[in-house]
Amino acid sequence: MEHVAQVVDPFIFRLSIFVLAVFVGYFVVWSVTPALHTPLMSVTNAISSVIVVGALLAGGVANVSSGSGWARGFGFIALIFACINIFGGFLVTQRMLAMYKKKAK
Amino acid sequence: MNANLSALLYLVAGVLFILSLRGLSSPASSRQGNLFGMIGMAIAVATTLANHPPADGLAWLLVIVGIAIGAAIGAVIARRVPMTSMPELVAAFHSLVGMAAVLVAAGAFYAPEAFDIGTPGNIHTQSLVEMSLGVAIGALTFTGSVIAFLKLSARMSGAPIILPARHLINISLAVALVACIVGLVVTGSPVFFWLNVILALLLGVLMIIPIGGADMPVVISMLNSYSGWAAAGIGFTLGNSALIITGALVGSSGAILSYIMCHAMNRSFISVILGGFGGETAAAGGATGEQKPAKLGSADDAAFIMKNASKVIIVPGYGMAVAQAQHALREMADMLKKEGVEVKYAIHPVAGRMPGHMNVLLAEANVPYDEVFELEDINSEFAQADIAFVIGANDVTNPAAEEDKTSPIYGMPVLQVWKAGTVMFIKRSLASGYAGIDNPLFYRDNTMMLLGDAKKVTENIVKAM
Repeated sequence: MEHVAQVVDPFIFRLSIFVLAVFVGYFVVWSVTPALHTPLMSVTNAISSVIVVGALLAGGVANVSSGSGWARGFGFIALIFACINIFGGFLVTQRMLAMYKKKAK
Repeated sequence: MNANLSALLYLVAGVLFILSLRGLSSPASSRQGNLFGMIGMAIAVATTLANHPPADGLAWLLVIVGIAIGAAIGAVIARRVPMTSMPELVAAFHSLVGMAAVLVAAGAFYAPEAFDIGTPGNIHTQSLVEMSLGVAIGALTFTGSVIAFLKLSARMSGAPIILPARHLINISLAVALVACIVGLVVTGSPVFFWLNVILALLLGVLMIIPIGGADMPVVISMLNSYSGWAAAGIGFTLGNSALIITGALVGSSGAILSYIMCHAMNRSFISVILGGFGGETAAAGGATGEQKPAKLGSADDAAFIMKNASKVIIVPGYGMAVAQAQHALREMADMLKKEGVEVKYAIHPVAGRMPGHMNVLLAEANVPYDEVFELEDINSEFAQADIAFVIGANDVTNPAAEEDKTSPIYGMPVLQVWKAGTVMFIKRSLASGYAGIDNPLFYRDNTMMLLGDAKKVTENIVKAM
């Protein structure tokens, strides 16, 4: 009996991750207390800058053609932008969260 | 590094990002959550550098210098920015995410081999589709956020800018954008790539300029959502699960915040997007109040009445942020507490210019977060309060939202401050609020107007005590 391997397009796997993550996001974000909605926005800003992985790939590409030269340039600028966001986002969130205190007894 | 191992590490990073949002369910767990986020980011960056190290010395230099510049700028901004400017900072950060998405896509377009999506001029069709969506949303987020930033930081008027036939212009732009995406996917030509970018940049500007200042909490949440979808689009191109998970999280987070803000203003998302609200003074509802005199009080009167009260509820609004009155306010609350007065704070979801803005300002002034309450938790308590102290808020306390069917804000949930024994209003003038609607509360018998700058008036009350 011949077993025919049916290859699933990797896109489908990515789509599955995406759809499930949308649901996870939905439930997690509804449980965020409204008092922390501003830190929520600044931290989502910081984590969406994980796009830095793309900037690292583009900025570090082997310099073999004019195209890769362009890619390095774009990657370099993207890297700066993403890092401003990562450091700025996490640090400002940290600064805000440090201010939330309970009533002193 | 093994490709499977790196995929697993990206998954770990994604899970840590989920935990970082989960931590925000209470202030106590939030700091740990933020730490999880940082660890997740470090794992993602380290994995990428280990798996695809920069090709040569120059590339390493670019990467290190790029990170150093970004880190230095980011750290300085994070330390220096005043808490009152958080809305514009968040808008500026959104624009950077949008632009980074465009630039990463451009990098992938010119050097597809680095991303395993084909060779120059011969990129996989599917990757082109994902890339062009990421580019379009990213570019739109960029210019949209820049406009939001300009409006929030008052470098540009908050009034809506209405172009003639703007819906027609926007629809034709959107159609042209879709045509360019199809063109890019079919031909793979850089001309279509850049046309796509330009059209989306233009659309971002045109989408945000007609939206008035009062709707900024929705706009900023919406752009938050877009920046997430843009990141997810790029995540598909790169086949990177950390980026896909994060994009989805941020996308749904922004969408939920937009929903909460719209709900708190009793507006539909579509009507906010179409814009034009808050431009001219609404004629309805405002006509009758003008003739009636308002009762003006002095800081001494206010201090005397409050000292003899047993319960005071403070309602802060954007005016408090503008005047930087939060510290003086906390001082006043401390003195009242010493006199044995019970003090609570009531916050409307759309008070301020972004979700949760007032909470951060109060936290900055050392107000304990367990004295601060949301609308639905405190609204029933106004009836038992002797004094509602409204500082810099207006529309969110307007009884017309419950009583006047002709009012543009009819149906919006409001803080029922008028049920308190006395309402004290600190305002610069008797002018209408940001939404351009007159507040009949100013002319009621149990209302006392304290006209002046929020900070000065509060300081005078503190002195009088």
